[in-house]
Formats: sequence, structure tokens, C-alpha cells
Amino acid sequence: MEKIKVNSSPPFSFNEENLLEAKRILAMYPEDRSKSALLRLLHIAQKQNNGFCSVGVMDYIADFLKIKPIEVYEVATFYTMYHLKPLGKHVFEFCQTATCATVGVEKIIDYTCNKLGIGIGETTHDGLFSIKTVECLGACGYAPMMQLGEDYVEHLTESKIDELIQNLRNQENG
Amino acid sequence: MARKLLLKNDHIAGINTLDVYQQHQGYEALKKALTMKSEDIVSEVQKSGLRGRGGAGFPTGMKWSFIAKPEGVPRYLVCNADESEPGTFKDRYLMEYHPHILIEGMIISCFALGANTGYIFIRGEYMFVLRKLEIALEEARKAGLLGKNILGSGFDCDIFVSPGAGAYICGEETALLEALEGKRGNPRMKPPFPAVKGLYQCPTVVNNVETLAAVVPILEMGGEEYAKIGIGKSTGTKLMSASGNINKPGVYEVEMGLTMQEFIYSDEYLGGIKNGKQLKACIPGGSSMPILPAYLVTKTINHEDRLLTYESINDGGFASGSMLGSGGFMIFDEDQCIVRNTWNLSRFYHHESCGQCSPCREGTGWLEKILYRIENGQAQMDDIDTLFKVQKGIDGNTICPLGEAAAWPVAAALRHFRDEFVWHVENPDLAQKQNYGLAKYAEMRPKPEPQPTN
Repeated sequence: MEKIKVNSSPPFSFNEENLLEAKRILAMYPEDRSKSALLRLLHIAQKQNNGFCSVGVMDYIADFLKIKPIEVYEVATFYTMYHLKPLGKHVFEFCQTATCATVGVEKIIDYTCNKLGIGIGETTHDGLFSIKTVECLGACGYAPMMQLGEDYVEHLTESKIDELIQNLRNQENG
Repeated sequence: MARKLLLKNDHIAGINTLDVYQQHQGYEALKKALTMKSEDIVSEVQKSGLRGRGGAGFPTGMKWSFIAKPEGVPRYLVCNADESEPGTFKDRYLMEYHPHILIEGMIISCFALGANTGYIFIRGEYMFVLRKLEIALEEARKAGLLGKNILGSGFDCDIFVSPGAGAYICGEETALLEALEGKRGNPRMKPPFPAVKGLYQCPTVVNNVETLAAVVPILEMGGEEYAKIGIGKSTGTKLMSASGNINKPGVYEVEMGLTMQEFIYSDEYLGGIKNGKQLKACIPGGSSMPILPAYLVTKTINHEDRLLTYESINDGGFASGSMLGSGGFMIFDEDQCIVRNTWNLSRFYHHESCGQCSPCREGTGWLEKILYRIENGQAQMDDIDTLFKVQKGIDGNTICPLGEAAAWPVAAALRHFRDEFVWHVENPDLAQKQNYGLAKYAEMRPKPEPQPTN
């Protein structure tokens, strides 16, 4: 479990679009059970905060749902999709379980690490890419695979990784 | 061609949209259901013999009949779409390409259970599937299939999607309910069971995606007709997620009772082992189920054909069988190392243990460490016995079944592949360079002597 650094984290608040979305989500649960929306609101807030679930984000959500900050911290530290430290703009989350390992995801991970010059859990100097390993993502029939943002990239090969990195770099420069 | 019920419209373009779904008899089962009494729907599901498709295989009709009905307390239906069992990806396929069959099944089930609200709890990584489900739900709402007074029946029902955030444990039904309430996914003590005190302490039924979708064909054809498909207590069709060293990985709908031989080797299904290699082992029902060596995959210990049914896969108990589980069908060829695979799975369970019960929290860590040592040539012979003892110490001693899920794969690997573990310990240097290979795992063994009955 990662420890949260309670420091002077910059304050956070939903933008207009996400505020509307949050209200739509709250309406899904009984009025006195708004805490149920916590997991989804954290996803939305993290996305708005460039993929980083900061203390400012968590405190804002606690306030938004009228629950204690600790109730948000304990959830954010339990689930692996909340990133408690800043990551790169594009996070390659490789599945390393069962079938993905059987069909050789390790070679693809090594290749990507070498290509970007970083290790697992690290971010490139330009802040563009991070590499993570995660557990089974439920795409075993299309292995090896990884998650990139909200999308799945399946049937990974070395040339597919090359192409992907090139495209993402072009996007930044163009 | 084998009969298909859930994926029968798989070839039709746009079947994920309401219009096309309705052009192909979509929501006809719901119309029929709304004219029936709710207890008659429950009885049809009981007659169908449908069993939970999430892994445990518990009879769905019976689960429904347990729901408590106190006055003035809302009831809930929760769809378990947390699909996280390694090797399983069928629910994603169904939700992504056939969202309306799930929604229709859920409305019918809500009606049968007297629930006015349904939640689909989906794993957080499937956010792209969640968005597709919400589009489909909105279509249904606009067409008056969800909301107040559905199709003029006087029945109100709405369904919402709620995401998790990356935790395997939330596939366990009480952990799922905790997550749905916005808490950490720590499983609850049972009893009380969710049927009495579930979501928000109200009576709740939790069913898998495939189970709820199967309610639609059951209503269409009637429970008795559905029960004619399959063999014995394994009725209907099952979605299998096939992956690993095979020619055609993917999701397949099979009639219960198909032979393993045909499933693995025929071109209609998996198309045999990739690159002309030999089969070494198979996990038939998701990573927590015992692994089987090649000679026990297509035949049982008594040299009978092994079939895709709950009973046949379990033939011989854990001594020589496994379980159908979630249908996460993983195939390993002769080049795969069983020690490495077992270590990989143990690392998974260690990572996913919620940490609530000490046998699981500590035990899974030791399993991972010892297996790592064996795999990397740092082990001693008594580590193998320690491994066995640790898994035995977890099995049955935890609040939820994650303990068993972590213990069974290790126990099965030791039961069937012990010589491969021993070889790793005896040849630490060689084991780094090459694999143990197929060895004698594909050779048929003589039938066991009949046990005296007394």
C-alpha cells in the first residue's frame, strides 16, 4: 500500500462539465446513500487532475459528498486504479498475469522499457510516458495487451509499440 | 452448428443498438414476462436448471427463492460485472456487443424479484464498456423500457452502472456490495447473506452478467425447453473464454456436454494447439480452478470422455478433476513452465488479497516468495513441502473464497506436476536455461483400482 503525503496539495474543484456529470451520477443512488458515487467521482476527478489522485482531489470529493476525508483516503489507497503520485501523460499499463505471461508479455515490457529508457513504475524525463504492470485486465483472448488511458491495446508486438510511441510523440509535437 | 442462445445474433451488424435488437425479437421476452406472475417467472428459472455462471455454479432459481420480502423495504438486483478472474473475458464480450440482452434479462429479473432498482457493478478498467452500457440504458429509457410504468404494466424499474476501481476481490459478492456502497472491498461475514441483508442492508440478489442474460432465452422458450439442452444438472449453454497457446482464442458459446476433445481440437472451436505443439496442461475454469495435466484434459481418470459440464470436469474430485468455474479456459503447450505459471498466479493472489484475514494476507505472500525461489533456482527440497503446508493453511480458513482461489492452483500444480518442482530444485542452473518440457504429462495412466465400498 502506498502512503499518502499529506502536504500542501493544491486545491481542486470540478470543472463545469464534470460538475454536471457528478450530479447525474449522484441521482443514480438513494439520497442518503450518496457515498456510493465515491468510486466513480474519484475516477472523474483523477482524470481532470491529469491522472493524479492528489490529496486536494480527495479532500474536494470528501467535501462534495459530505463525508470525512479519511473515508476517501481509505478507498483511494485500496483500489489500484487511483494513482497517488503523478505519472506521465500516457501510462502504459501492461497486464502481466496468466495468459499474457504465457504468450510473452515480459519481452514486450522489456522492449518498451529499453526503448523509453525507463524501468517499471518510472516516468520519462519529458513527462510523456510511464510504464506500469497491472494484474489481469480481462482480455486474455487478445493477449499480450495493455491499458492506455481508457482504451485497451491488444495483440501487442514490438512494431505495434514502436508505432504507438511514434504516434503519441507526433501528437505532442503536431 | 451448435445451438446458440446468448450469441445467436452475433453476426448481425448493429445488434448493440436498440432498433436492431428489437428487429430480432428483442424485448419480446420482457413483454411476455410482464404478463406473468412474478413467482411464475421464478419457477420457470427454477425449472430451467440455470446455474450461476460466475464461477460457483449455484442454482439461480434457488438463489432467487431465498430473497427476503419484508414490508416496506426496497429490494435490489445487482449484476456482477466485475469480471476479474484471470482467463475470463466473456462478460465483457456480452456487454460490449450485446448490451440489450443483459438489460432485458435484468428488467425481467427485477420484476421477478420485486426489485425496482438494479445496479451493474462493472470493473473500473472496463470504463469503455461502461460507456457503451450507458448508451444502451439511455436508449431503453427513451423507449419506455426502463423508468416508470414500463410498457404500461405499472412496474417501475431503473438500472444504473457503477464502476469499481481495480480490485479482484470485488468479484466476491459481499465485497462487491461494499464497493457499491463506496467503501473498501472487504468481504463481509456471512450470514447474514445478501438475500437478507445486502446492498444498504436491504434484501439483494447478486448475479453474474451471463446468468442474467440467460434469463431472456429461458423466458422465450420456457424453463423446461431450456433444461433439455445440456446433460443432467448442467443445462443450457455456457460462454467459454479461451486463451493461451491455441489457434483461435476468443469467446465461444457451447452447449453443455460438448466434449473437451472437440472443443480444443475442432476448427469450429479452438482449432488445436498453436504451432503444432503438444498440449501440456489446461485450466478449464479460470485461474483459481485446479490445473489439469494433458492426460486428464480430454479423458477422465477412468478413460471416459471429459465433457464441458459442471459434473464431468469435476469427475474424480480434485484428485483427478477440476471445476468449470467461470469458463476461463487456459491452454498451456509443451514449452510452458508450470512452476513459473503457478508463481505468476500466486503473485496475482498476493497482490489481490484484501488483507482482512491473516491466513490469506500472510499465506499468499509466502506462496509467492517460495515459488519465486523455486523458479529462480534458490530453493531447497523442503521448500516444496512448506509450499504445500502454507496453501493448506489458507484453504478454508478465510472469510471469503479468495483463500481457496489462492490455495487450489498451488495444490493442483503440486499434485500433478511435483516432479517438475523437484527438477527445478535439483537442477537450479539448468532450470534457468531450459524448460522441463512435456515430460510424461500427456501419457495415459492405467485406470485406478475400484475402491472397496463399505
